[in-house]
Amino acid sequence: MEKTWNNKAWFMVLPVLVLVAFSAVIPLMTVVNYSVQDTFGNNEFFWAGTDWYVQVLTSDRFWDALTRNLIFSAIILAIEIPLGIIIALNMPKKGLGVPVCLVLMALPLLIPWNVVGTIWQVFGRVDIGLLGRTLEGMGINYNYVQNPVAAWVTLIVMDVWHWTSLVVLLCYAGLVSIPDAYYQAAKIDGASRWSVFRYIQLPKMKRVLLIAFLLRFMDSFMIYTEPFVVTGGGPGNSTTFLSIDLVKTAIGQFDLGPAAALSIIYFLIILLLSWIFYTVMTTSDAQG
Amino acid sequence: MARINLEHIRHAYGAKPKSENDYALKEVHHEWNDGGAYALLGPSGCGKTTLLNIISGLINPSEGRILFDGKDVTHLSTQERNIAQVFQFPVIYDTMTVYDNLAFPLRNRHVPEAEVDRRVKETIEMIGLGGWAKKTARGLTADQKQKISLGRGLVRNDVSAILFDEPLTVIDPEMKWVLRSQIKRLHKQFGFTMVYVTHDQTEALTFADKVVVMYDGQIVQIGTPAELFERPRHTFVGYFIGSPGMNVLPVNLDGNTATVGGEHVALNFLPKVKAGAKTELGIRPEFVSIGREGMPVAITKVEDIGRHKIVRARFADQPISIIVDEDGEIPADPRVRFDPKAINIYADSWRVGEEA
Repeated sequence: MEKTWNNKAWFMVLPVLVLVAFSAVIPLMTVVNYSVQDTFGNNEFFWAGTDWYVQVLTSDRFWDALTRNLIFSAIILAIEIPLGIIIALNMPKKGLGVPVCLVLMALPLLIPWNVVGTIWQVFGRVDIGLLGRTLEGMGINYNYVQNPVAAWVTLIVMDVWHWTSLVVLLCYAGLVSIPDAYYQAAKIDGASRWSVFRYIQLPKMKRVLLIAFLLRFMDSFMIYTEPFVVTGGGPGNSTTFLSIDLVKTAIGQFDLGPAAALSIIYFLIILLLSWIFYTVMTTSDAQG
Repeated sequence: MARINLEHIRHAYGAKPKSENDYALKEVHHEWNDGGAYALLGPSGCGKTTLLNIISGLINPSEGRILFDGKDVTHLSTQERNIAQVFQFPVIYDTMTVYDNLAFPLRNRHVPEAEVDRRVKETIEMIGLGGWAKKTARGLTADQKQKISLGRGLVRNDVSAILFDEPLTVIDPEMKWVLRSQIKRLHKQFGFTMVYVTHDQTEALTFADKVVVMYDGQIVQIGTPAELFERPRHTFVGYFIGSPGMNVLPVNLDGNTATVGGEHVALNFLPKVKAGAKTELGIRPEFVSIGREGMPVAITKVEDIGRHKIVRARFADQPISIIVDEDGEIPADPRVRFDPKAINIYADSWRVGEEA
């Protein structure tokens, strides 16, 4: 088909361009602007080139925080995705149980992040918290304020509690879209429970799982509020993730240059990893 | 292959059926011959799929027993009954190749791999997907997918029966014909017992040796296509089979004369009718002839469908359809005659025989 060029068409996309410019491009460019300059106050800026990037990328602080982020996301995904699938598989398909389960599942998702943090902060306290006191009473050394392992466990359990529902709901939506005939055919073909899962349910959930995986990865990689409320990045730096580190640099120390450079790097890492996951998962989809 | 006996089967989807109307399937008592090709024909919601699922074991009947070759299988699962079933929408395992799809039911039954390979290759040729073995099933067309569903049944060459639940619904019209002849050929060649559910009379009549017509949860007639056409046992069968369906006219009977409005139709037998029954006369449009002699009709519409013409008319103030040859003449003052051999008499919708 022959294409006709009409420059008036640009006016049609203009509103969107303006919106995107104000919501994304301009703020991002401001950050880019800060990241290549230095300032000593008085709104005077000096060209710094890639200095801040080099400084960030060669600092142990950055690599440590990044490693913590990656480990945290990996653990979260390794628990939430399988757990979400298992719960979704065992949810009722019809009857009164369906709305009850759905509401119960949706509840944690409706609670604001900082409230979730506060709930667990209080829940885990050794002096007054239900969980903290119980564990203490059982003779388990649990104190997330002092013990890095306890801090990590608290954050992971909290995130699992908060976000597994999302995976469950997405998987459940995928599962209920499978017509009964598939299960009946599988019965007739003599398929085992595992085969039904492997060849019917999993392929049908693939798309929603991809979405769940990406959402959970991006969210957990950007996690800020809950660890900030519960541990404040401690004990020591043991739960200081990139986002917490970033805020400390930008607001705590007012190092605008390094903070801007860190933001850009952070953004690019998430973009890159999400793109890799997406590509790998969709190509395996096309071949599979 | 098996002979299937249904003994006093009834089924209700609700837990405690109170009246006869709570049953989706009213009493069915019937024997299906080994190696027979049966079609279950009826409108949507008449209970044909319920009956099929009871045979396959996907549903347990509320009452009654099912026997395969004389053995009670009522409480056995689908697998234990060794049934194959093809569904309305093609069910395939997306992520597997065509070959693996066909091998799946065999591998689940732990058939040795060499035997699997032999049978799968045989079946792939049978269903005409020879060149497609290594392709992923996802990319296939609807009719190819449906062939795979069928193939998964055929590959198990020891199945008791193959059941079809409106298998051609999503298939393009020209492929319907091809697939149907293929199923028919496979039946002739291998003698599987086949039960085919459909609401399409052409499909039922061309596929089956015996057509089972269902209406409102019960079997109203079982017969060869010719029997259904010539001697419909119930007015529903008359309406449902044939295009257009049988003309059913309310009549008053007096001995061997039937009176419609002011017109008298002579019968060649003496119908046996209980007093007080609602009596009707049924005659197929093919057996009504139009000409200058007979009883007067008023023509309302003539539909020319190519092969022949369908005349819609009013006879004694009742609508009636008449089939006229393509070059048949329709006079200005039309009159009709009924072929006495083709007249059926119904009392309360059921066909009545001759007075002994």
